[in-house]
Amino acid sequence: MHEGFITKLILAKALEKAAEADGKRITKISIVFGDMYGVVDHFVEYYFKALSKGTIAEGASLSFRRTPIELRCRNCGHVYTPEHLDWTCPNCRARKFEMLSGRECHIANMEVE
Amino acid sequence: MKILTVEEHILSSNEEQAKKNNDRLNEHGILAINMMSSPGAGKTSLILRTISGLKTKFRIAVIEGDIASTLDADKVNQHGIPVIQINTASSCHLDAHIVGKALDNLPLNDLDLLIVENVGNLVCPAEFSLGEHKKVILLSTPEGHDKPYKYPLMFTKADAVLINKVDLLPHIDFDMSAFLQGVSALNSDADLIQISCKTGDGLDKWFSWLEAKIAK
Repeated sequence: MHEGFITKLILAKALEKAAEADGKRITKISIVFGDMYGVVDHFVEYYFKALSKGTIAEGASLSFRRTPIELRCRNCGHVYTPEHLDWTCPNCRARKFEMLSGRECHIANMEVE
Repeated sequence: MKILTVEEHILSSNEEQAKKNNDRLNEHGILAINMMSSPGAGKTSLILRTISGLKTKFRIAVIEGDIASTLDADKVNQHGIPVIQINTASSCHLDAHIVGKALDNLPLNDLDLLIVENVGNLVCPAEFSLGEHKKVILLSTPEGHDKPYKYPLMFTKADAVLINKVDLLPHIDFDMSAFLQGVSALNSDADLIQISCKTGDGLDKWFSWLEAKIAK
């Protein structure tokens, strides 16, 4: 739902990093989103196309990698990915966990010329 | 062609600003609450009830986030406390920068409690820290008991979950135990408080919760 805002931040971060590296053109940006993160890839692409016009990122391709939700049970230490909306530990049935992954939202790397 | 490794969170600029807001609030000894819910869950009613219940004990201010209008701020304004209305236009959430600007316009030396009413939305506001000390989620019974299962991120981040409109329970199919189970499965640390802004039921528990946090 907030892809417009997120895309603005992706573009700003990409332009900042390209400028630091003296890049003249950004050709590719690889983005990582956790499954917990409510972002739809093709909306990001849609906004990126519009927002990057006239910048050195215009025409850059975007690639997306998804990381699964991974939890560690605070009771028994078991690491699991919740299924079917059930966040309970399948090993000991406890409901206390820490989230190891699934909340990622970053640019992994980008290609510049 | 060069490959640049970035590995920085896309929201890092928001997080940095949120930290600045938090430091600023701490300097002034203000407790800040980020109140989030769907549209119509009763955030403004709860804020008005909270002002009525606690304004003799604490100095309160409110930041109202809405896509458009000053309707909520007008209601709060009638209580004679500082209120800033933010209209986000197209944005479905508040962010730390916009809240930082609102802080510039509040009398921070004269406040104990700041309530930020986020834009009504169970998805996006969860992603953006504002610099608050506590996240409070309000869910009203007509929305249904399945919401923690459908919008997990919001519930994993809550310090307290308030269930509003419990006066309607005899008339609707809200399964309280399924709801409470859903929240505790995601976040067993969240405090759960059942309230009705209409009848006033449970508000004493909410006030006690807030008072305990302000005292810390």
